[in-house]
Amino acid sequence: MASVVSPSQTSTIKEPSHNPEAKTKTFHIYRWNPDEPSSKPRMQTYTLDLNKTGPMMLDALIRIKNEVDPTLTFRRSCREGICGSCAMNIDGVNTLACLCRIPTDTKQDTKIYPLPHTYVVKDIVPDLTQFYKQYKSIKPYLQHSAPAPDGKEYLQSKEERKKLDGLYECILCACCSTSCPSYWWNSEEYLGPAVLLQSYRWLADSRDEKKEERKAALDNSMSLYRCHTILNCSRTCPKGLNPGLAIAEIKKEMAF
Amino acid sequence: MLAQRATQQSLRQLAASNPSMASQMVFKSFAVGSSLQTRPVATQKMTPADSYQILVAQRKNRPTSPHLTIYKPQMTWIPSALNRVTGSVLSGGFYVFGAAYLVSPLFGWHLDSASMAAAFGSLPVAAKVATKFAVAMPFTFHSFNGLRHLSWDLGKTFQNKTVITTGYVMLGVSTASALWLALFA
Repeated sequence: MASVVSPSQTSTIKEPSHNPEAKTKTFHIYRWNPDEPSSKPRMQTYTLDLNKTGPMMLDALIRIKNEVDPTLTFRRSCREGICGSCAMNIDGVNTLACLCRIPTDTKQDTKIYPLPHTYVVKDIVPDLTQFYKQYKSIKPYLQHSAPAPDGKEYLQSKEERKKLDGLYECILCACCSTSCPSYWWNSEEYLGPAVLLQSYRWLADSRDEKKEERKAALDNSMSLYRCHTILNCSRTCPKGLNPGLAIAEIKKEMAF
Repeated sequence: MLAQRATQQSLRQLAASNPSMASQMVFKSFAVGSSLQTRPVATQKMTPADSYQILVAQRKNRPTSPHLTIYKPQMTWIPSALNRVTGSVLSGGFYVFGAAYLVSPLFGWHLDSASMAAAFGSLPVAAKVATKFAVAMPFTFHSFNGLRHLSWDLGKTFQNKTVITTGYVMLGVSTASALWLALFA
């Protein structure tokens, strides 16, 4: 009994062939492992086919971790620029890996470092303890002594609310602070652009009653005035905010 | 993991269909599971104080990530660095020359205007222009960049595009005026 199966009903699994259209991109990534404290930090090179990789740097990193090297360590969470976890230095500029497109020019290699002048926990994970301590030090919350008149909330006008635009959007990713040369040399005492932008966010809030105390806390040579208007901060902010301008507004408020 | 789960599943199905073999099967599935389930990472119990000690020890070893050498040269921080360099050179030069002029009679140095002018006049033209440019460029750069800083101190011209544009304008104007000072003044 002859059984004939027509070719249209069969399927053939082909061997994966070399793809001549592969867009191979090279990534050099900073590596350091705390389990080998005596070995120095080094750059490790990975290559990926961009046709099989998502469009963003974070996609490339996740693909390397999943398919090439599971020991590569980095922070990531929301993959849409709202958590600030994947802040790192990509091609010389601080940004969020999830908001940074992979340049499609495959002749140019991409270099990825941790946020500059931070203590490295592992690979591209920086220690942000000092940054968070400084944020805490500016009392980032509404200070108001009397209870709200209606017992529910403190009201403000549309104009007063508008002053907070461009300030409240900050996600504290630390891209700006770690791009600031002044912060590199003085991070022990200088608050840095991110924390000063938050300072101004509370100084600009019509509902806050402790403006004078907030200003007095900044009135010394280090906390605020180590800002020399270099403006790396505004240039690098992945959220398009302007910490440099916020610091200038604080300086104006302190002067007049 | 997947293979292990599949094995356990089939063993369980076998055991269910043949209750007399159940005890043996349970033992076998346990054996298969334990031999395949290797965990490369182990955890250990530790008091908060001990774990803090480990953190302190690790912090001592942490390297500082690279900064100046890897940050992309941009119209923001490069002119800012040059602003400080030119300012230091200008004020340093002023103080050094002033102090030297003050003590020159003691050491017999000829730093008075007439002998300086005569010495400068004897130089070849190229050296004259180069010297004048080398002095004029830091002066014009620092002056015109100072105007940008005054504008920033008023809380103006902070947009990224504006900062880049004024940067290029400042470079152009200070180079042109330094050339003019070197060639014609």
